[in-house]
Amino acid sequence: MKIPRLLLFVIIVVISYGIFKAPGILLNQPIPSSLIVMYMFFAVVTTLLWITSTEKDMQGLVGPIKTMIQDPTKKTLRNIVFVIVPLVAGGITYTQLKPSYEAPVELRSIHPAPPSTVKAFGKTFNLATLVNPYRKLEKEDPAKFTQLVKEGGEVYFKNCFYCHGDKLDGKGHYAHGFNPLPLAFTDIGTIAQLQESFVFWRISTGGPGLPKEAAPWVSAMPVWENFITEDEVWKVILFLYNYTGYAPRSWEK
Amino acid sequence: MRLSSIVVKKNLLLKMGFTVALFFFVSLFAFQFLESTKFFPIGVDTVYAAEQAVTAEKPAGAEAKPDAKKEEYQPAPKLTEKDYPQVKGINGRIMAWLVAQLHLWFAAFVLAVPILVFIVEIIGMATKDKRYDKMAYEFIKVSLTAYSITAVFGGLLLFTLVIFYPDFMRYMANIFSPTMLAYAFLFFAESACLYIYYYGWHAMEEGTAKWVHLTIGWMLNIIGTVLMFLANAWVSFMMSPHGVDAAGVFEGNIWHAIHNHLWNPLNLHRTVANVAYGGSIIGAYAAYKFLSARNTEEKAHYDWMGYTANFIAICGLLPLPFAGYWLIAEIYAYSQQMGITLMGGVFAWLFIIQAVLIGALFLSVNYYLWCGMERSKGAERYTKYIKYIAFVIVACFLVWFTPHTLIMTPGELKALGGPYHKYLGPLGIMPAKNTAVNIMLIFTFLSFLLYRRCNKIATVSWAPIGNAIQAAIFVAAIINICILGIYYGYFTNTVLKVGSSVPQVASTLFVIISCMIIDVFMFKGAKEVAPLQWGKIPDRSQYALFILAVSFTWLMGLMGFIRSAIRQHWHVYTVFRDNSPDAFTPTIGYATKVVSIGVIIFMAIVIFIFWLAHISGKKNVSQGAHH
Ligand code: HEC
Ligand code: HEM
Repeated sequence: MKIPRLLLFVIIVVISYGIFKAPGILLNQPIPSSLIVMYMFFAVVTTLLWITSTEKDMQGLVGPIKTMIQDPTKKTLRNIVFVIVPLVAGGITYTQLKPSYEAPVELRSIHPAPPSTVKAFGKTFNLATLVNPYRKLEKEDPAKFTQLVKEGGEVYFKNCFYCHGDKLDGKGHYAHGFNPLPLAFTDIGTIAQLQESFVFWRISTGGPGLPKEAAPWVSAMPVWENFITEDEVWKVILFLYNYTGYAPRSWEK
Repeated sequence: MRLSSIVVKKNLLLKMGFTVALFFFVSLFAFQFLESTKFFPIGVDTVYAAEQAVTAEKPAGAEAKPDAKKEEYQPAPKLTEKDYPQVKGINGRIMAWLVAQLHLWFAAFVLAVPILVFIVEIIGMATKDKRYDKMAYEFIKVSLTAYSITAVFGGLLLFTLVIFYPDFMRYMANIFSPTMLAYAFLFFAESACLYIYYYGWHAMEEGTAKWVHLTIGWMLNIIGTVLMFLANAWVSFMMSPHGVDAAGVFEGNIWHAIHNHLWNPLNLHRTVANVAYGGSIIGAYAAYKFLSARNTEEKAHYDWMGYTANFIAICGLLPLPFAGYWLIAEIYAYSQQMGITLMGGVFAWLFIIQAVLIGALFLSVNYYLWCGMERSKGAERYTKYIKYIAFVIVACFLVWFTPHTLIMTPGELKALGGPYHKYLGPLGIMPAKNTAVNIMLIFTFLSFLLYRRCNKIATVSWAPIGNAIQAAIFVAAIINICILGIYYGYFTNTVLKVGSSVPQVASTLFVIISCMIIDVFMFKGAKEVAPLQWGKIPDRSQYALFILAVSFTWLMGLMGFIRSAIRQHWHVYTVFRDNSPDAFTPTIGYATKVVSIGVIIFMAIVIFIFWLAHISGKKNVSQGAHH
């Protein structure tokens, strides 16, 4: 039996909504409502496009609605629908407009654009040309490289793991106290996407070094040029990539 | 016949006169301005003399040269707010922004149409089907009024820039004046070709004359493309300056300034986008005519025209994502700062809108094809597959616009325990998007394949094998794309990650080309199960064509803004600072409002053009009736 198109449409909409809500309910990873709205919008539109693409299905979709509005025998149903629909619309509007105590949404970009030059350790670095001086040892002198990574690891566990976590997953002891949260380097979306010069900038100048655009920056990331040496910054970067297994973004092999 | 040809001639003279007058007016103004730059005496003979001087100087030795250079070319000026003239009641930046954008929209359209017309004319010649010729002629007729409007906005743009950004223009002229002159002359040549091409259409319809006509069409396209490439050189130079030193002193080789890092990526993306854009506007025109058609004959004609235009738009649409990624990759490679501003910084939110608009393009293109199946009864065999295609496309599309940084309320942030989402995070980065867009393209192509065979049955003996091979190619390519996207995208370094998008694209192209070839042979002499009835398409499908055109226009405005705005406070990136009071990065709301106002103005003018074409069409019909 062919399911009536109008019913089918409703079923698809409900199922889609269920699917988008599921990660939040079952896996504790809720999809943000802003995104659900967009997902739903396109799920509904595409379903409508599919159903209206043939004349027959189109009639199946709008036919029942037309009858409901025009057919004199459907008076009761019509009256019920005409009461319910405005009520639902009103309810949605009310919940949308109702004042809440929640702080407004912050459009914080996790990776803002870096400046072209950075002042740190009493020097000026040009980020366009800056490279990790030790990176080349990875091929030229693997033993030395491993040694440097190890030293970088020491820097990390002396300074960073309180926030960024002992597994580099952003779950350090203090992490939950901060907003924005310390980033997880194991995540595919952080250092795996960045050039080493960018990471160098972020570590050396920390939260206060973030650019003015899209301020206020409330990042707890310390200004590390005040506490560790330039050399140590490069070494800890080696460690971050080595531990997570990612390679820094680069343009040549 | 006589009467109408006189009318045409008068029309021609008027338009030619108008263009020539405009040209001289603009060039007069331009020359005046260029002459006022003390760096570059622009009189043609002085250019020549300067050239002579340089050649004469050459043997004098290397040490003489830098001095001469220093005299001729100044570093980029360091301006203050006072150097930017203010006109009461007009915001110079918004004016320049809107006028440039409107100029670009019309220019894209009038550059694209001759390309389409040229192709359609060739098809008409090859198939000896007069309908193609008629349609090609109608295409170019629509673009003619748009051509004068392009010129008007071009002139207005020049005025605006000279009035509001005189020092910047002087600096650019200092480097680019030879190309600016070339631009003006090419514009002139373009007009000449266009008018001969259009008004000579019927005079050169047969025999050798048709070949002459085709040659003129070809020249028209070459000139148009060179024109655009020149303008692209200025724009891309502002983003990735080349041929100047760190202080902005021009090193004297104009080819270096033209052939800067982003020139070719921009050339490619714009050329392809223009073709798709031109197709979409013509499609909207056909939809307009279809909906206002009075009889079945007209309906059939405009349905066919809309279909052809949509087909062209698809052909342009398919390679666009790749050209786009190449452009972005090159921007990133040129400057990490610009790249991150674009994809990760403030502009990242605009890319969500971009993704949504591109999705709208894909959905409307597919919807139009699905509706088109109504043209033949034979399509009933295939309509059951539409839902699967729709499902795949929407699934890919959701991946495509899942943002890298999610917009979350503080409550949601807490519930999630951080800004990163375990399942959505991996969907936010490039490999996922590349995979999604490739699959989306393959399925759009599938819609087209199904549409093609909706009224036919293959009669060749190997048809079942042919179908099996096609299916195998589809499946293999999709698996390949997924493996490439998932393995290389997530488990290797960025070089391989970016590199893996190339074989992905290759897989998609392979599907399209190989299946198309198989299809053409398989359906040679195929049996028609039910005739394809042009005009028998539901009205609602025509709105898909409108949405296509509007989304495209919006998209161009948005992307043009992003491209230009990632320079931030620079006129010429890292070389020439923009110190005008308006040199701030607008908020998302502000920017989208300006772009939307531009879209509305553009659409209003386009509707006016359609209406003009409509009433002039009416006149011809009634004249024809009087003989
Ligand atoms: C007090 C807690 C804290 C400590 C200690 C800390 N960080 Fe951070 N870090 C943060 C926070 C919070 C963020 C995220 C906000 C931001 O981007 O500034 C961050 C962000 C970063 C980023 C940016 C990652 C990206 O994808 O943009 C890097 C790199 C980084 N930290 C490296 C380090 C290193 C290396 C150390 C040790 C030397 C360290 N952090 C110590 C809190 C901390
Ligand atoms: C189907 C996919 C795409 C479509 C339909 C599309 C369409 C367009 C159009 C119509 C333009 C305007 C061209 C012009 O000004 O002449 C444009 C420009 C641009 N596109 Fe795309 N594009 C696509 C994919 C992409 C992608 C994936 C990116 C990068 C992530 C991208 C980046 C840009 C940029 C930066 C510009 C500005 C260039 C300019 O100033 O003209 N595009 N695009």
